[in-house]
Amino acid sequence: MTDLWSGLSQAFWLVVTADAELAEIALRSLHVTLTALVLGCAIAMPLAALLAVRRFRWRRTVIAVLNALMGLPPVVVGLVVYILLSRSGPFGVFGLLFTPTAMIIAQMVIIIPLIASIAHQSLRDLWQDYHDLLISMNVTQWQKIRTLLWDARRALLTAALAGFGRGIGEVGAIMIVGGNIDNATRVLTTAIALETGKGDFALALALGIVLIGLTIAVNLCIHWLGQTEREGRW
Amino acid sequence: MIRIVSVVFVLLFGTAAQATDVMRMAVTTSFHNSGLAEVLLPEIKAELDIEVQLLVVGTGQALKLGRAGDVDAILVHSKAAEEAFVAEGYGPYRREIMYNDFVFIGPSGDPAGVKSSESASEALQAISEAQSTFVSRGDDSGTHKKELSLWEASGASPEGRWYNAVGAGMGAALNTASGLNAYILSDRASWLNFGNKGDLALLYAGDPVLFNQYAYLPVSTERHRHVKGDLVQSLENWLVSDKAAELINGYTIDGETLFVFNAVN
Repeated sequence: MTDLWSGLSQAFWLVVTADAELAEIALRSLHVTLTALVLGCAIAMPLAALLAVRRFRWRRTVIAVLNALMGLPPVVVGLVVYILLSRSGPFGVFGLLFTPTAMIIAQMVIIIPLIASIAHQSLRDLWQDYHDLLISMNVTQWQKIRTLLWDARRALLTAALAGFGRGIGEVGAIMIVGGNIDNATRVLTTAIALETGKGDFALALALGIVLIGLTIAVNLCIHWLGQTEREGRW
Repeated sequence: MIRIVSVVFVLLFGTAAQATDVMRMAVTTSFHNSGLAEVLLPEIKAELDIEVQLLVVGTGQALKLGRAGDVDAILVHSKAAEEAFVAEGYGPYRREIMYNDFVFIGPSGDPAGVKSSESASEALQAISEAQSTFVSRGDDSGTHKKELSLWEASGASPEGRWYNAVGAGMGAALNTASGLNAYILSDRASWLNFGNKGDLALLYAGDPVLFNQYAYLPVSTERHRHVKGDLVQSLENWLVSDKAAELINGYTIDGETLFVFNAVN
């Protein structure tokens, strides 16, 4: 119980005094996960739309696999990305292991199936409504995809937020590919793991509280930017 | 909206710029948990203008990182494994820097009676006979290897429900020991710096076999051309210098000296 209280008060002071190290770690967390999120969305959402509008032989299988990959274990993703990026691995020449770029790659692999699956669900429903209209207008495949993505943008926001949530709280993969290097690849989740290892539960908890606060702040921000839940909008 | 998002991104990416030389060194969890790194690294940065990025892993993984060429240098404490690393040609040599010692930690009530032991072997025999809960690192680290060699020397077998291999770093293993109120072998530095001692206490230390030598190993530049040989060399020169000796010998926690500098110039 004492740990809980001292964690709360420590979190409060860390935030109030704008601790430089905390700010750096928190910004790095945001940098890694938001970059992974933007790049991941850029791949996952068009993919989801394509799966909704296009009929091809293996479509059902692809969708089933995509759904299954939502449960991809981060620690395995981390291990595979590690082996690929290691100096003795196939992409070793780029020297990407233990850099934020490696962490972004690992997080993209984790969140793309999640975003694509959720996005596909809502796009499929929308496509049922739009199908006859768009077909009768004789639009191209690309126009169909664009229309779907734009008109389903609020549902897609939910998909993106789910991806963000999975990325920002993730520790298994980025610990392996990032190495938790101070001032280089340490983010909030790996710092929490480290402080717990040192037996400093209060500081670990304080960082945890900051992480949760940050997640809520980002979610609110995105909602505000997307102007959802406003009067006169759906 | 897109404009705001892009501005945020420029701000986030703007923090990535770096000017000084950067090298990577794999170190053991026990070295890092001691807190000595926080004393040495700022000095290295100030004097040599080298930013040393630490990868905190077990000795086994540290050597593996060196074999793959993912780090430029290694600072670990397991002589046999280090010599194998050098013999296989992954590093040109090993250089001894400093030492500390391993200590037996356990519940302050000492149910197995480790306190009165004459040697490390005797302490382990007492734990095994009493079947007192014991936590092992179990992660192929230097401390783990040391523990296994001590068990072998003692003749007692570390098997049974009382023996828990947690497969974690020094701090995490100490957390487990604290939770189970169990015996554990730890290096002195990690123990002194540990924040969650609970009912645990230092019960036995002082046997010469508990001596814990740390050595610096450069990764072979012949095998891995990208290894920053010049930075590795200047870091080594600094680590064996009088300045480093002063900092290492002068590092204390609660008035206790943690490391003894013993590099030969």
